[in-house]
Amino acid sequence: MPITYTSQEQVEVYRFSIPVAIGISLLALFLQAFVPLRIGFFSVFDLPLLIVIFFALARRSPVSGLLTGAVIGLLQDALTHQPIGVFGIAKTVVGYGASSLGVKIDVENAASRFLVTLGFYIVHESVYFLIARVLVQLSLQWSWVHELTSALANAAMAVALFALLDRFKQRT
Amino acid sequence: MESVFGRYRNISILVGVLFLQVLGLAVQVKRNTDNKPTRLLRVWTVSTVAPFEKAIVWVQSGSSHLWHDYLYLRGVRQENRDLRAQIERLRLQEVRLKEDAEQARRLQVLLGFKEQYISQTLAAQVIGSCGSAQSRCVYLDKGTNDGLSPDMAVITADGIVGKVLRTFSSTSQVLLIDDQTSGVGAILEKSRLQGILRGTASGDVVLEKVMSDEQVQPGENVLTSGGDLVFPKGMPVGTVIAVDKGSESFLNIRLKPAANLAKLEEVLVITKKESKTPAVADMGSARAVDILAQRLPSVPQQAATDPNAPPPPTSGLKITPAPAISSAVSAAGANNSAAKPSQGVTGQLKPPVPGTDLNTTRQPKPSAPGATPAGVQPVSPRAASSSQPNASAPAKTATSSPANSNPVSGSETSLQKNVVNSAGSTQNPHVSPAQPVPPKPQPTTPAPVPPSEDKPH
Repeated sequence: MPITYTSQEQVEVYRFSIPVAIGISLLALFLQAFVPLRIGFFSVFDLPLLIVIFFALARRSPVSGLLTGAVIGLLQDALTHQPIGVFGIAKTVVGYGASSLGVKIDVENAASRFLVTLGFYIVHESVYFLIARVLVQLSLQWSWVHELTSALANAAMAVALFALLDRFKQRT
Repeated sequence: MESVFGRYRNISILVGVLFLQVLGLAVQVKRNTDNKPTRLLRVWTVSTVAPFEKAIVWVQSGSSHLWHDYLYLRGVRQENRDLRAQIERLRLQEVRLKEDAEQARRLQVLLGFKEQYISQTLAAQVIGSCGSAQSRCVYLDKGTNDGLSPDMAVITADGIVGKVLRTFSSTSQVLLIDDQTSGVGAILEKSRLQGILRGTASGDVVLEKVMSDEQVQPGENVLTSGGDLVFPKGMPVGTVIAVDKGSESFLNIRLKPAANLAKLEEVLVITKKESKTPAVADMGSARAVDILAQRLPSVPQQAATDPNAPPPPTSGLKITPAPAISSAVSAAGANNSAAKPSQGVTGQLKPPVPGTDLNTTRQPKPSAPGATPAGVQPVSPRAASSSQPNASAPAKTATSSPANSNPVSGSETSLQKNVVNSAGSTQNPHVSPAQPVPPKPQPTTPAPVPPSEDKPH
């Protein structure tokens, strides 16, 4: 059974040291900006989004999750050519949703992480598309094939990445 | 009240954070003008990330140069020999092309074309990307300190890459042509159909706004049209790889970009463009119409006639064989009123109009205002159609919008504008006071040309 319902008492809450939290976030932004130049298909991945989901699931605090999502999203916005706030809003919603979900279900095993990332990637892209089309009036096109392919790739990446980042967890 | 906030604390904070971001977004959209200031957050983030990217690129390129330039030299001698042989072949090819280029320049001068020349470029290195599939842009290691400014074109040797969107002190942001928000005026090389180049969500490049009843074949090259006023006209954009029926009676033309946008390392930024009429290296030896006359089939030469004289009777018409081109050229150079090859081509259809003589490029004389070189018209059907000196042409140009208002048809508009202006302003560009052409010594005094009316012929 990949996803198990747990009570509040069974849920383990983790925390991260400040240098680790800041360092991982900045490293994800840096890799996201630098690696696609060398490896073209790497632009399919959204490392900042995966970091937001990971922190939100591990901390299990909605406020912490949405604030982490907002900060990382705004920094990612600053690197793009679009108005600042589009990624910020999308990742705020994802951070809040992932941390709220993390309170209710066990997200420690690989299958649940895969499914959660798959779902939140679609949510992220939907919110981003909505904001970009409605608020910013950008002429973006939605491609289901591209989005689903990207979602699967990010979910697979999340399984490996989360296992790596588990080493930085600290029990409260 | 406190208990209510405590109960809905998380959702309240979520709504508050979202509201602040939406507010900030609305302010940015509201101030979205051409001279919008760069956000401080953006400057800070780029300033934080760019030094690390520059350092990594520097180390990487340094080690790459060390390996390729000093250590890994296998096959270099053979490659050197091959390149030398290629240079020899290209030199022979250059000689042939040079002659055609000179002829093209002469024709452009006659038609009043204005070309955009890339007069200054700056090499820059790509140090990073925007880090998002939705935002396809890259960062360069040059910025305002190096003379870059927004809307400069970025190219490689293979083709266009994008345009400078934002500049910082030592870096700049370049919007790639495969971004969904980009738009480049493009033209198909063979069919001359114009469209707008855009990116798609999946990263493909498509040419839009080409009507579905047009015929476009895969493999056709696409060039810049120059209508966007960013890229000079005629630069390679890509190749058509697929043509589908799109929506709203437009074709969906998918392209393979000429430049490898996935692996950009070094690019050129066009920092200066010049718009000028191409200069002709040697106008005295042979004229464009003479060269054309050599290539066209020979037409019986009509004897020089006085335009004011009554037409000869039909019964007295005597058809004489066309003289040799060399003798015709020498005769044209010796006497303006003598028979000319250009008249041999066009003079059969209608008598030469005073003041429309192409020889005015070499023999300044009181030209007819609004005169149009008659010998130019048969050269290019497109140019001829756009340079028809009818009475409606100047009015059409005067009421037309500026060339940059329509990125698709901008080049055509500028072409028409240039050609028609030369006629509409009643100035022959080849004998205008701004560009005096030294007169060639004439053995005989040319016949005085009566001043014609102001209205164009």
